[in-house]
Amino acid sequence: MAEATLNSSGVVDHEASVASRRRLISRIVIYGLLSGFALIYLIPLCVVVFNSFRTLPEISAHGLIAFPQSFRLDAWPQAWSDFCIGGQCEGIQRYFWNSVAMVVPATIISTALGAINGYVLSKWKFPGSDIVFGMMLLGVFMPGQIALLPWAFILGKIGLANSVYGLILVHCIQGLSFTTLFCRNYFVGIPDDLVKAARIDGAGFWRIFYKIILPISPPILIVTVIWQFTGIWNEYLFGVVLNSGANQPITSALVALSLNGTTVRTYDVMSAAVLIGALPPLLVYFFGGKYFVRGLTQGAIK
Amino acid sequence: MSSAGYTAMAGGTGLWEKLKRWVPIFVITPSIIASFVYVFVFAGWTLYISLSDSTLLPTYGFKGLENYFSLWANRRWGVAYSNLFFFSTFYVLAAMAVGLVLALLLDQKIRAESFWRTMYMYPLAVSFIVTGTVWQWLYNPTGGIQFLVNSLGWTDFQFALTSDRKNAIWAIILTGIWQSAGFTMALFLAGLRSVDGDIIKAASIDGASTFRIYRKVILPSITPIFLAVAVVQLQAAIKTFDLAVALTNSGPGISTTFPATYVYDLMFQRGQIGEGAAAAMMILAALAVVLVPYSLYLAWRRRRESGRG
Repeated sequence: MAEATLNSSGVVDHEASVASRRRLISRIVIYGLLSGFALIYLIPLCVVVFNSFRTLPEISAHGLIAFPQSFRLDAWPQAWSDFCIGGQCEGIQRYFWNSVAMVVPATIISTALGAINGYVLSKWKFPGSDIVFGMMLLGVFMPGQIALLPWAFILGKIGLANSVYGLILVHCIQGLSFTTLFCRNYFVGIPDDLVKAARIDGAGFWRIFYKIILPISPPILIVTVIWQFTGIWNEYLFGVVLNSGANQPITSALVALSLNGTTVRTYDVMSAAVLIGALPPLLVYFFGGKYFVRGLTQGAIK
Repeated sequence: MSSAGYTAMAGGTGLWEKLKRWVPIFVITPSIIASFVYVFVFAGWTLYISLSDSTLLPTYGFKGLENYFSLWANRRWGVAYSNLFFFSTFYVLAAMAVGLVLALLLDQKIRAESFWRTMYMYPLAVSFIVTGTVWQWLYNPTGGIQFLVNSLGWTDFQFALTSDRKNAIWAIILTGIWQSAGFTMALFLAGLRSVDGDIIKAASIDGASTFRIYRKVILPSITPIFLAVAVVQLQAAIKTFDLAVALTNSGPGISTTFPATYVYDLMFQRGQIGEGAAAAMMILAALAVVLVPYSLYLAWRRRRESGRG
């Protein structure tokens, strides 16, 4: 099209070149702004990654924000297994495994319960099921602070105080409202006729669940698992309040590490520790980004 | 189908058939109980403790609203809620503004859109603890941004937010915006993409400029998204805890105390459980002030839309 106008007349030619120059300028502005923002987003990540490879003298001489002039991996094994947190010199690994032991069962259980609840609340409605759903929705908005004292009391009574099992229970129940919400809203979109036909054929509650609902649910199950995994992994309040010392999850250990104030800041080891703590949810994000974003937007606009 | 289905199934004979009808209810009962306890019993329990004379341990001597009076008379609580108002205003508005700018930029048919999106949204995957720790280093005047600018030649440059009582809250605001702008961007982008393409095409055939189309056609049609984003951001602001702990730990002094950090402090550092529970109830009340009108509005809008058919 541009060539056609080029040949027809000089005026059009001039107008076309003004338009294309304006377009070029606007492209430059757009990509310039995008790159500027990208820089702001990348710098903190680069700072941690770089500092985990730099030596301490280099960090104190050239500051935290600088390209590495040396490259060594020492900080990583130190952060993982030697570093002292709260008097214990076993590194971050214990807390990392605490988090793993907490997040895996809590994610699986809360997602499974959410799927079944969502199935009942969409396909096996009973009198009052909408009220039940409404009540579960309220759980989404409950601030953690309200639940702190009751949880501390209950976990003490049932002998799960200061244990990873206690945190699993807390996160299962706290996550129930989210997982139920996600699954219910997805299952509502499955045609009722599909379920009705199966019931006429004599299929029962579980059979329909396994044969009809589950095979078409992977998209929502992935969203739910990612949501729960990142949410529980990153949770701090319950971990720091309900557990102490060697039983805390990794977020609490990172805070203890960075508030260790009095001693000289070991930025190299701390960088490695922070990265180890951030790695699992980051990997989930980079490999399941589409589902992660879907969860975010669905969780927000209910 | 639901209730009709049950009556149809009731024709079955034998105990087994009857039991089968109850399977869905059996299955969901534990979750109903758990949710009920979590939502109502826990809130009621905390409410009761807020009215009790609990100090180090929960006790159940009733002392009415005394905890609330002493909470509101407390200077630190005053700092906490004025911080919350200040923080919320800038955190919500600026994160929305930045998110909207990013969404509009990404909407210009750019190359490698998912690459850019991934870049702006990765902070959402990591915890506020991680973000807060790293930004605390960047704000550190002897090694972070100030050090960098100073060593580049601008030796008078000062940027020491976190060690300055008056400005420490800005460190939390800026980091909060950095963390959540990708989120508001995602919501706005989803909104922009949901606008009917024909309307935009019609407007551009009429000769409207891109800027005008956005201002007059696209943005007005996504106003519900603006409201939703504001509500989500606001309720996140009310719950602000992790970020304040990791970034400033309520300091310097008490200058960056937030309601949520103060609850923690009262309950677990000072052994004033009753007053801490009162502060927790105030957080719940603040959330209700935001969310109840919003959900009523949503219900009203839904009814109006379905009424129109």
